[in-house]
Amino acid sequence: MNTRSVGPNRWRNEIIWNAVAWAVLLLLALPAFWIIMTAFRPNVEINTYPPVWIPKRLTLEAYANMFGLNPDVQQRVAVESYLRNSLLASGISTFIAVSLGTLAGYAFARFRFRFHTTFFLGIMLSRAVPGVALSLPLFLLFNRVGLTNNVLGLAFVYVAVNIPFTAWLMDGFFRQIPKELTESAYIDGCGHWSAFWRIELPLSLPGLATAAIFAFLAAWNEFQIVSVLARNNAAKTFPPGLFAFTEQFTVDWRGMAAMSVIMMVPAVIFVILVQRNLVSGLTFGAVKG
Amino acid sequence: MAANSNSPAQKENQARFAAVNRIEAGFFPFAMISPAVILILLVVGFPLLYSLYVSFTPYELLKPNSLNFTTARALRNYQKLLNDEIFWRSLLNTIIFLAVTVNLSYVISLALSQLLARVTVGQSVLRTLLMVPMMFAPILVGMQFRWFFNANLGLVNNFLISVGLIQEQGQIAWLVDVPLGMITIIIASIWMNIPVMTIILLAGTLSLPSETFEAAEVDGASGWQKFRFITFPLLAPFSYIALTIMSLDIARAFDIVRIMTDGGPARRTEMLWTYITRLAIEDTKFGLGSAMSWITVFLSVLFTLYFFRQLVKARIVQ
Repeated sequence: MNTRSVGPNRWRNEIIWNAVAWAVLLLLALPAFWIIMTAFRPNVEINTYPPVWIPKRLTLEAYANMFGLNPDVQQRVAVESYLRNSLLASGISTFIAVSLGTLAGYAFARFRFRFHTTFFLGIMLSRAVPGVALSLPLFLLFNRVGLTNNVLGLAFVYVAVNIPFTAWLMDGFFRQIPKELTESAYIDGCGHWSAFWRIELPLSLPGLATAAIFAFLAAWNEFQIVSVLARNNAAKTFPPGLFAFTEQFTVDWRGMAAMSVIMMVPAVIFVILVQRNLVSGLTFGAVKG
Repeated sequence: MAANSNSPAQKENQARFAAVNRIEAGFFPFAMISPAVILILLVVGFPLLYSLYVSFTPYELLKPNSLNFTTARALRNYQKLLNDEIFWRSLLNTIIFLAVTVNLSYVISLALSQLLARVTVGQSVLRTLLMVPMMFAPILVGMQFRWFFNANLGLVNNFLISVGLIQEQGQIAWLVDVPLGMITIIIASIWMNIPVMTIILLAGTLSLPSETFEAAEVDGASGWQKFRFITFPLLAPFSYIALTIMSLDIARAFDIVRIMTDGGPARRTEMLWTYITRLAIEDTKFGLGSAMSWITVFLSVLFTLYFFRQLVKARIVQ
């Protein structure tokens, strides 16, 4: 009898907890549904009052307009060049940043050396410099060597911006590999490099994928530096490209929503593939040190 | 926000988080970190020093001759800023924005993580929903909230009219009025910050030893007491990881301000970041803009350093 009197109470509490959690998180995710829905709605439903909450029909018009497939509408947005520049700048910078960041992360995870903390902190603090502050001197310097409006110049900057976080993540992932494995590698006659290259790097591939996608997204989403370094479509990526939908007094909300959906694709892949790995990389030091 | 570092829970925490033994390897680790260090010095270190130099000159982009250093005029940009009312207003706005955003993001994420830790139905779906804001670039976050808070077509006003809270003629000018402009920017920033913080705090909560809670239950601790005296102190390292990551990325808020209000109207939401852009990029006053950049660099580094120190203390990295 005793346990029974507790039972309904527990049940009630559990239902309340679950209901509240679902309500809060649906509200949190609501904006994304709205943006995606907007991208596929006819314009009359968007700019009308009273508002149409549930779309009456879906259309790919916004994309046809954006890519210039609609003969009645003049293409205003250079979406192809944004796409190319975004892919180039993010892809190149990710590859280099992950390579260098992995080397550094391994050194921080495995070795004791002078100024260990100083180096780690220094690398992290370089990430704390606001993009706005960095963009001014980079613009002046790049202007002199002709690297403004250049995708490769942009990728070069993103490498440095992405190294710190990669190093932090990889440090966490390498520390999850049991120490005994490294020790047995040394006993088998491996040097430092071959222990890293042949034993530990292959084991940390899931972590490496996480770091890579994270770096890719950081470059993909970056706005402050590219908006100063890229003054024309030769190097503009998606984030500054979004401004092409705004005019002085009007904004093409549907076009913007349509481009937003394209911009979200890599992030959606990221969330599906690596969410679990990301958490363990970030928090590992706190859990087991 | 900080846990009391003398509490028994904290001590137990520190014992659990003892550092790994690292090996001595002479020159090798330096060789491994040097490419990263050299690149960062080249792309971040050198430009920052250059910007420090520029900040001591009256440089304007359209007057190439103005980039020359004289001792007499070296501090003129900084003096100008100190006497600039708009600078002080944007500094104040930035401080208010940071204080409210950081604290509220943390409190909301902490509450959300405790809520999620108790959910039994559809855990994985809820976690995916939680990550939805992560799919948005900061610039998209700003764009979407600018639209939602748009006075005529925005979701928020339309919703308020639909449920009868405001009249059709009485649409609220969210992005224009004081202090609503600031509040909408803060709401957008918090929305962007929630996922990463909550995920980290949730991971922390789920990793806590269940025996401690069982013991507390035997002693008759209430739900709030369990949270206040066990969960919260034990979460300290996770809290500082979350806060450190957030402080590294806090300047992303610039993207949001830039697209939502661009500091306006009439500089009501002007922040340091938007003011720098206005001075340097729009008015081409690179000397003055660089001086202000250095003030923001200083503030950001201080901010990050503080949380990082707390993090190191909480988990004893070395």
